[in-house]
Amino acid sequence: MGFLESGGGHAVKPSRSSRIRPHGPWRWASRGWRRRGYSGRTLVTGVPYLWLLLFFLVPFLIVLKISVSQMQMAMPPYEPLVTWTSAQAMELKVNLANYAFLWEDALYRNAYLNSILTAAVSTIICLLIGYPMAYGIARSKPAWRNLLLLLVMLPFWTSFLLRVYAWIGILKNNGVINNFLTWLGVIDEPIVMLQTDFAVYLGIVYSYLPFMVLPLYTAIEKLDLSLLEAAADLGCRPVKAFFRITVPLTMGGIIAGCLLVFIPAVGEFVIPALLGGPDTLMIGRVLWEEFFNNRDWPIASAVAIAMLLVLVIPIMVLQRFQGQQLGAHR
Amino acid sequence: MSRRRPIFVPTMLVAGFLFLYIPILSLIIYSFNESRLVTVWGGFSTKWYAALFRNEQVLNAAWLSFKIAAMNATGATILGTLAGLALARFGRFRGRPLLTGMATAPLVMPEVITGLSLLLLFVAMEQALGWPEGRGITTITIAHVTFSMAYVTVVVQSRLATHDESLEEAAMDLGARPVKVFFLITLPIILPAILAGWLLAFTLSWDDLVITSFVTGPGSSTLPVVIFSKVRLGVSPDINALASILVLMVAIFTAVFGIYMQRQQKRRERDVQQALAANL
Repeated sequence: MGFLESGGGHAVKPSRSSRIRPHGPWRWASRGWRRRGYSGRTLVTGVPYLWLLLFFLVPFLIVLKISVSQMQMAMPPYEPLVTWTSAQAMELKVNLANYAFLWEDALYRNAYLNSILTAAVSTIICLLIGYPMAYGIARSKPAWRNLLLLLVMLPFWTSFLLRVYAWIGILKNNGVINNFLTWLGVIDEPIVMLQTDFAVYLGIVYSYLPFMVLPLYTAIEKLDLSLLEAAADLGCRPVKAFFRITVPLTMGGIIAGCLLVFIPAVGEFVIPALLGGPDTLMIGRVLWEEFFNNRDWPIASAVAIAMLLVLVIPIMVLQRFQGQQLGAHR
Repeated sequence: MSRRRPIFVPTMLVAGFLFLYIPILSLIIYSFNESRLVTVWGGFSTKWYAALFRNEQVLNAAWLSFKIAAMNATGATILGTLAGLALARFGRFRGRPLLTGMATAPLVMPEVITGLSLLLLFVAMEQALGWPEGRGITTITIAHVTFSMAYVTVVVQSRLATHDESLEEAAMDLGARPVKVFFLITLPIILPAILAGWLLAFTLSWDDLVITSFVTGPGSSTLPVVIFSKVRLGVSPDINALASILVLMVAIFTAVFGIYMQRQQKRRERDVQQALAANL
């Protein structure tokens, strides 16, 4: 565990530790602990570290392993990668057929492209709705600001599943919208909205809008208004000032918000399953069906790895970004 | 600002809030609908609420979800606070980039991937070690802690990042041991973040469908799993009633917590002012 040791910082100085010492059994425990070069810091860092290594990192390696093994009708339904053929010989079977299958089958390719397209379009719509909202909140009276922010966050605290469910009642053929339009006399036949791609876009935009608004709000609130005043004094039109000043200065919030929507939207399962039609192909849903309906764990794992390949760059950009934001406070 | 107030922004603000709240309102309104056809109004009735409280399956699932959410929130808060503390206060240490990566990746990781990978881990562990035996409440809790501790980490870390270390350093210089410094100084500073993190972790677990579906076993259906299996068959009025109760609970919680946070903020400001006044 030596690699967790930190150098520098504000380690306890020798003069102090000689003055104040733990008593009783603690003293022995802490002495032994220290003699081996461990400190309280090792414990603080080590516990979450070990947890994440075991339950976050190792599982990915297992997914990677199973994605190159062969399916078999057993429990667990995959062949071991390494088999001992005799006492000394070890056989390593790496099977890339699962990936080849994903690549060649049009169903998977379409699901991929469609997921990325759906996520990207929904992200842009979210940005177009979210930016004015965040702007409005950041420019409202301070007394209102917290309430409005709370109202943006409240849906996030309520069940995601139930909020998606609410749209079924609104969009279906004898749902709220169609009933209303029929009552107005605008339409005779109900408009089919549920189980279409439109419903999926709507569901994603609706569910992820708070993730877009919050980082945008943080960025817009920090904006120095005197810059806009200076621009106006120098004769810059508001629209031009918005694109030349406000947008570049809030780019951090825009990128963070877009990534926070895009990344989970690519792998979304609940929304396409409830609002999409049977032909709405999204990669999260394909993975779910391979796993639960076909019980093909190797293919499901290969789908997961392939999805991760698409997302690894956005995830890294987001992390770099969040690190900068947290560091900027100091 | 001297320029004209445009109407575009306020309009979008109102439209945005309507968009966020109309579906929730429609859920609540139709939960009082007499008719079984959820969206055809048949008069006011509270019978679906009564039906809900007689539904053993829903009640059991809610109780199971509650237990898992409370255990998860506690575990995730402890681990997330430790990780947040390490990332915000320990400067550079070997392994830090990996910890940063692992602590924040679950925030955006698609749930299907997290769920699948954890299930495969549990299956592999059961084969190799014989633990965990089968899947159920233990595996669900471990899975939830893993993804929700990331939220606690971020909340605690950003809270610590806005407070500089001078107080802690001063206490250390006066001879306080690190553990004492943590309980007397750091903990009170991050307490609101810890509370917020606990509530967030509770909600995330209470609400999770996808990860739970992967790591659950027979007989441990949480509330979202039960709701999802019902919803797949179409809308039903008792789900509306359930949704309304949950929305109301969240609204009350959020209001109480919001008021508490605001009071804390005010008290802190008053303390600072008094301290300044005393020094003059």
